Amino acid sequence: MRIRTWIVRIWPLVPILAALLFTIGLLVLFGADPVEVFQAMWQGAFGTQDKTLSVVAFTIPLLLSSLGLLLTFTAGLWNIGIEGQIVMGAVAASWVALFMDATSPVLIAVEVILAMLAGALWAGVAGILKTRGGVHEIFGGLALNSLAIIFTNYLISGPWQPPEGGSFFGTVPFREISQLSRFADSRFAPFSLLVAMVALVMVFVALRGTTWGLKLKALGQNPRSAFLLGVSSERETILAMMFCGALAGLAGAVRVLSWYDNLKQNISGGIGYLALLVVMLAAYRTLWVPLIAFFFSAVLNGAITLQLRTQLHSSLGGILTGVMVLFVLLFGSSKALGIGKSSEDEALEPDTSEIES
Amino acid sequence: MRVEIRDIRKYFGSVKANDGITLTLEEGHIYGVLGENGAGKSTLMKILSGYQPPDSGEILLNGQPHTFDSPLSALKNGVGMLYQDPHDIPPFSIVDNFLLGRDKRLRLNYRAAESELKELSSKYGFALDIQAHVDSLSLGERQQLELVRLLAGGAEVLILDEPTTGISAEQKDVLFNSMRKLAREEGKILLLVSHKLEEVQELCDHAFILRRGKYVGEMEIPCPNEKLVEMMFGQVPPRSERPTFELGDPMLELRDVNISTYRLSVKNLNLSVRAGEIFGLAGLEGSGQRLLIQACAGLVRPESGQIILDGQDITSWSYHKTRAVNVAYVAAGRLEEGLVASLSLTEHVVLAQRETDFFVDWAASGQDAQSRIEHYQIVGRPDSTAEELSGGNQQRLLFGLLWNKLKLILLEHPTRGLDVRSTNYIWNLLYQRRQDGTAIIFISPDLDEIIERSDRIAVFSGGVMSRIVDAKTTSVKEIGHMIGGQL
Ligand SMILES: Nc1ncnc2c1ncn2[C@@H]1O[C@H](COP(=O)(O)OP(=O)(O)OP(=O)(O)O)[C@@H](O)[C@H]1O
Ligand SMILES: [Mg+2]
Repeated sequence: MRIRTWIVRIWPLVPILAALLFTIGLLVLFGADPVEVFQAMWQGAFGTQDKTLSVVAFTIPLLLSSLGLLLTFTAGLWNIGIEGQIVMGAVAASWVALFMDATSPVLIAVEVILAMLAGALWAGVAGILKTRGGVHEIFGGLALNSLAIIFTNYLISGPWQPPEGGSFFGTVPFREISQLSRFADSRFAPFSLLVAMVALVMVFVALRGTTWGLKLKALGQNPRSAFLLGVSSERETILAMMFCGALAGLAGAVRVLSWYDNLKQNISGGIGYLALLVVMLAAYRTLWVPLIAFFFSAVLNGAITLQLRTQLHSSLGGILTGVMVLFVLLFGSSKALGIGKSSEDEALEPDTSEIES
Repeated sequence: MRVEIRDIRKYFGSVKANDGITLTLEEGHIYGVLGENGAGKSTLMKILSGYQPPDSGEILLNGQPHTFDSPLSALKNGVGMLYQDPHDIPPFSIVDNFLLGRDKRLRLNYRAAESELKELSSKYGFALDIQAHVDSLSLGERQQLELVRLLAGGAEVLILDEPTTGISAEQKDVLFNSMRKLAREEGKILLLVSHKLEEVQELCDHAFILRRGKYVGEMEIPCPNEKLVEMMFGQVPPRSERPTFELGDPMLELRDVNISTYRLSVKNLNLSVRAGEIFGLAGLEGSGQRLLIQACAGLVRPESGQIILDGQDITSWSYHKTRAVNVAYVAAGRLEEGLVASLSLTEHVVLAQRETDFFVDWAASGQDAQSRIEHYQIVGRPDSTAEELSGGNQQRLLFGLLWNKLKLILLEHPTRGLDVRSTNYIWNLLYQRRQDGTAIIFISPDLDEIIERSDRIAVFSGGVMSRIVDAKTTSVKEIGHMIGGQL
């Protein structure tokens, strides 16, 4: 029984391990040496200071998006539209970066605020479509994602196209003062880490310590009972979406203001979808989210250099994370295996309070 | 088949839900399983049916020890159970539901399943519309479907955990007749868990009594009710007297209210309920009494007419708005409509508060939960989740979440699943609320309860509300006639 509780605690690691084993099998099958591959990936992720900083820098927007998704998942919402919310955040920040004149701190403050607003509004639309129009948030979200991407492409190839006709793939680089200042020539901006940490604490507190978090939880588990207990499902649904959108918008801003230095096609790079996977793998536990986001980032960044050192394609990183998620889905929640945090397991833990039965 | 249950133990933390229970069941008998709320009846039945494993102890079928790791493996060995809460999956048709988990081949054999389903249901007198979807079925029909599924799966031992809460009197008769047939003619073993002693007397030939997780004795049935009650509670609980109460001014008035849904329309409701009055609504399920309650709660919108609460017109107000002016509604389904299975008692207390703060003070809320646990005699801890509570304790929790100083309480099946003592206890708490001028309207399938607890009674039949009768002068017989349509 002790073993059971222990497994439950480290549950998110189980699919990771399973996926690692599976990938090793795959490598052996293709005649590659797993040790060499993992060494190469390690080198790719943490080989130099710059690489390590890249891993951290990539983690931050992923973490921000995942934190937002914790809120919507808790409320039982599948916010697939997060991808579009990231994009709209990036667009809003880019607009300020390209066209506003002010000192650096003011620029950055306005960029961050507008990015959050844009993400929140984009998410709010999906929320209202759901509560008022009866459009499921998955479909509404997918449609809004396409719109956001089309909108970016239009900006890049139209009004925001670099003057010399230049590249079709992005706007001109932003002025230095409108970007986040980075650490030692890397892509990592310390300010973004600070923001992410604040967001982490806020989401943690919101879910654990506020009535709002509790309402989301009730709504996610049983909307009918939640309604009868006084929870307004429309209000909380839209609020959860908007908070998630704000964090996603922030992630978009971090992408354009420090990971890149301009607005590009495919600015999100799939971070929104990746964040969905992070949260699923973390089994919705707030404190696991940063660890898993970091891990995903290391794997994906490590895989980029893989191709240079071995003959393997860099998509191995994607395969690895993809397989992990498949394992998560395969195992379902820990409950499906019968070792979940079911009431029985909790009750098995030593308990001192004596009650009359 | 002969079933022996030997020294079964199941502890949940410090709660000894089953504490060494030994019983023997013989072919062709209908056994009653009795005990107060939280005595461990459902726990034992779920162990016997493979839903959960015991901590220790054995189950012997025809002398052979068996361990079941799932309800399916129990059913393969001939043990099937009808759960206290219906467990089927709503959006399928009946045939799909029936086939579910049975047909091992890739192609489902619909034709055979349909004829088997028809044959079995007609044999036991069930009238199931095969093409219907499960979510359009009433609770009673779902039960019949589940029974047929278990029988087709080869059940020799059938466990029914409080099957008569929430089904109509006709459905109950059909169910009981089929149970008699299964035992007397087919030699199956039936176990009936129930709090209604009349049912046990009517149907069973033997009863086991559990108390606080232990076996305390058994009786041949029929026997005096007092004997059973004494074994269940350790003493005979005093019969509560209904205190007389001076009624106040009209609290709720319905004027020419018309409600219509796609299933049923209710016309011309006129009713006035006074402060401190208890008003009972009788009638078959789906006759319109629920619509009346839900219209007062703001859950369905009347087509026309007026609903006046304490002088204020609340017609067409939303549920949350009527709730804010101190109208409370307690639905029939506990874990479906009212409680959130995975939330703790404390979390429920926080959610249900009249005014919520932004930050939750968990320590204070935990104490609040603890005091409600004591006041409503809930067997559980502030951090127990709703699903960990026994059925009767979930019902008490629902009452524990009601606000103070309410104007109107609307109740569906208020004492569903409560044992005799808890029923009295809950009603006493409701009587006390009359001091605040609270008016109470309730629905119950139990005519004795309606006559005993109400001041006045109305009966619904096919969407029509009867004349209003005085509870003191009416009888079960009169109400029965009215339910039959002789309004
Ligand atoms: N999953 C669980 N986790 C923790 N405690 C539980 C769990 N299931 C049951 N219990 C506890 O075990 C005791 C017995 O519960 P059980 O459901 O067997 O009672 P019961 O006799 O069926 O009562 P009722 O008549 O109210 O349905 C109760 O105190 C209940 O709180
Ligand atoms: Mg029970």
